[in-house]
Amino acid sequence: MAFEIDAKDLHYRELNKLLRQAIGKGEKHLVLKNVNGQRYVAAGVSAEVDIDIYGVPGLDLGAFMRGPRIRVHGNTQDGAGNTMDDGKIIIEGMAGDVVGYAMRGGKIFVASDVGYRVGIHMKAYMDKVPVIVIGGKAGDFLGEYMAGGVIILLGMFSRYPERPIAGIFLGTGMHGGVIYIRGGVPESQLGAALQIEETDEEDQNILRKHLQEYCADLGYNLDEVMAEKFVKIRPQTHRPYGKLYAY
Amino acid sequence: MNPQKEKAKTSTPRKKKKIQFSKFYPDFLIERDWDRCIKCKICIRECTYEAHGWDQKRETLTEDHSKCVGCHRCEAMCPTGAITIRKHPSAFREHDTWKPWFIKNVYKQADTGGVLLAATGCAVPFRNYWDHLVLDACQVTNPPIDPLREPMELRTYLGPKPDKLEVVPEDGRFQLQTRIGPWIKLEVPIMFAAMSYGAISLHVHQGLARAAKELGTLYNTGEGGLHASLYEYGSNTIVQCASGRFGLHVDYLNAGVAIEIKIGQGAKPGIGGHLPGEKVTEEISKTRMIPVGSDAISPAPHHDIYSIEDLRGLIYALKEATEYKKLVFVKIAAVHNAPAIASGIVRAGADVVVLDGLRGGTGAAPTMFRDYVGIPIELALAAVDERLRQEGIRNQASLVVSGGIRCSADVVKAIALGADAVYIGTPALIAVGCTMCGRCFTGKCPWGIATNNPELIKRLDPETAFEKIYNLVHGWAHEIQELLGAMGLNSIESLRGNRDKLRAVGLNEVELRILGVKHAGE
Repeated sequence: MAFEIDAKDLHYRELNKLLRQAIGKGEKHLVLKNVNGQRYVAAGVSAEVDIDIYGVPGLDLGAFMRGPRIRVHGNTQDGAGNTMDDGKIIIEGMAGDVVGYAMRGGKIFVASDVGYRVGIHMKAYMDKVPVIVIGGKAGDFLGEYMAGGVIILLGMFSRYPERPIAGIFLGTGMHGGVIYIRGGVPESQLGAALQIEETDEEDQNILRKHLQEYCADLGYNLDEVMAEKFVKIRPQTHRPYGKLYAY
Repeated sequence: MNPQKEKAKTSTPRKKKKIQFSKFYPDFLIERDWDRCIKCKICIRECTYEAHGWDQKRETLTEDHSKCVGCHRCEAMCPTGAITIRKHPSAFREHDTWKPWFIKNVYKQADTGGVLLAATGCAVPFRNYWDHLVLDACQVTNPPIDPLREPMELRTYLGPKPDKLEVVPEDGRFQLQTRIGPWIKLEVPIMFAAMSYGAISLHVHQGLARAAKELGTLYNTGEGGLHASLYEYGSNTIVQCASGRFGLHVDYLNAGVAIEIKIGQGAKPGIGGHLPGEKVTEEISKTRMIPVGSDAISPAPHHDIYSIEDLRGLIYALKEATEYKKLVFVKIAAVHNAPAIASGIVRAGADVVVLDGLRGGTGAAPTMFRDYVGIPIELALAAVDERLRQEGIRNQASLVVSGGIRCSADVVKAIALGADAVYIGTPALIAVGCTMCGRCFTGKCPWGIATNNPELIKRLDPETAFEKIYNLVHGWAHEIQELLGAMGLNSIESLRGNRDKLRAVGLNEVELRILGVKHAGE
């Protein structure tokens, strides 16, 4: 049985308190109803729980969290998965800016479009490899300063057919990790010192693995998603500042 | 195919050695007293820059002055005192504009095309306001207090103070209604500034942590995460959250008593941090949670903070994630508009505002930033304190300052100008042997301080680091008590923002107005 919290008219502080209390009592599945812009939902929560959110959560959904699986039945505002450590955020609609800032582990699946500066400074470590999959299109600065992890951009389920698949300065300052883009991306959108490559069999396996899970979570057709070729964007060096200084 | 011809084609022409002007004029001279030298070769082993060598053929020691950085390690370790390191006497024609510093910097950049890199803090002789401020003392009309005989309190509480206290009578006594805290209690108003594990060795971190614990104060992890061996010092720890978010996770956030959001630093306002891949060793990698050998880049801004509202977003994200048990510090470099920015930071919900001045130290900063960006902490502190008072929000946050505090009198003056406490970084490093040679970014620190080379860190053990740092602050604390006693004060609280205890010597009217201090004689 899911434990339900009605978030109507609740301040985020109260909402999070109720959420923590429920988790503390051992609830494994929480349902938050009428969420309307409350910030920091499940921020810093370190537990294996399922959280279903109805409505639109506010800034920094699941910031710093380690473990929860969050499904948003709607859109989210900015900062979802800020510096998250582990767990999963599934967003059935669109997400705002700065999704997955500095995330180190876990997954963020967005059904449709995302805003600016998504996946900035993602980093991988040992067996922790963060993954962001975006069904729609992305704003400027996708994967800026990226140091590790995987971003997959599909561009298929967008509300903005007129826009390019990704904004400008894609991967600026990137020094690790990989961005996969379905169907390619105009080179004019890319930041400096990056290379666009064809995907090989290993890439296809990585893509299939993540997209299988993504499609299952969001009800998309995997074959349709995989029908188009993907390109891979990687940095030319993991030491961008290695030769910058004189002393 | 003519093999000979083919060979001739592929053999690369001998590359002409490029002239390096910067190598011609060394900064230092290694002087060896041959009467004392016993050729034990300790100097060769101790020098990590390979300035000392051995000529097998002539069976004698050699020096490469151009490699000497002036760290004095060989001089200190030479068992017979045979080595003296002095400023190289070679002189350019005297010229007040084109000092050797500028000439040599031009050579370096002409040779490499790079950005000038430096360490320590601002090296330009801008006016040091601490040196133009003097303290008061009691004579005749009210007696000084002797701290050896009478209680003298240096205890300081960091955190927002309430606008007013509400009390209600209860059973013939008064009960406090206003909720207070959480506060952080400091037994001395001196904390250790953020220096990351990575920039400095684990042994120094261990020494700082232990000294903080024994002294009843705090040390700051810097942005390099928290090594597993240091979690036990949690109640004396400030963890830092910088834009790179290295090693930052829930346990880390909950490990200390406060979380410091690093927006900027005095040594390099407006630019980010960067730990070169060479310094990312196995242990650093574990703590920062990044791959070995990878550059650790902290961009200049936090890209989730572009406004005071966004800053509020992160402050409360951190508070929410730690269930309001931790204080949130926000650290900025002292820049032109520091008062307005500080006001915004207080209104964004920070519990402590940290101002780091022009002279703030660093292990690596572009020289132009180190020397010419930002403003002196004395002026920034006075202006910020004044502004927050005018706005009636000074009580909502504590004010911590850093950047160029060199002695206990500087601490006393900072508190009289309005600071609640100070951070010291450079003095703590000098206490463990740093000679300010300013080559921290090479990772070769011969004193075992700014390095994580497993061999070099053995040169400074955690026990020694602890003792030296503890001794320094212990000495300063006693001096502060003496200075307070001389002023007739028995608690540091009575000095805070008490600018009447300061007088200026040789400052102009603008400076006096900004500092809010009268000239000596007034």
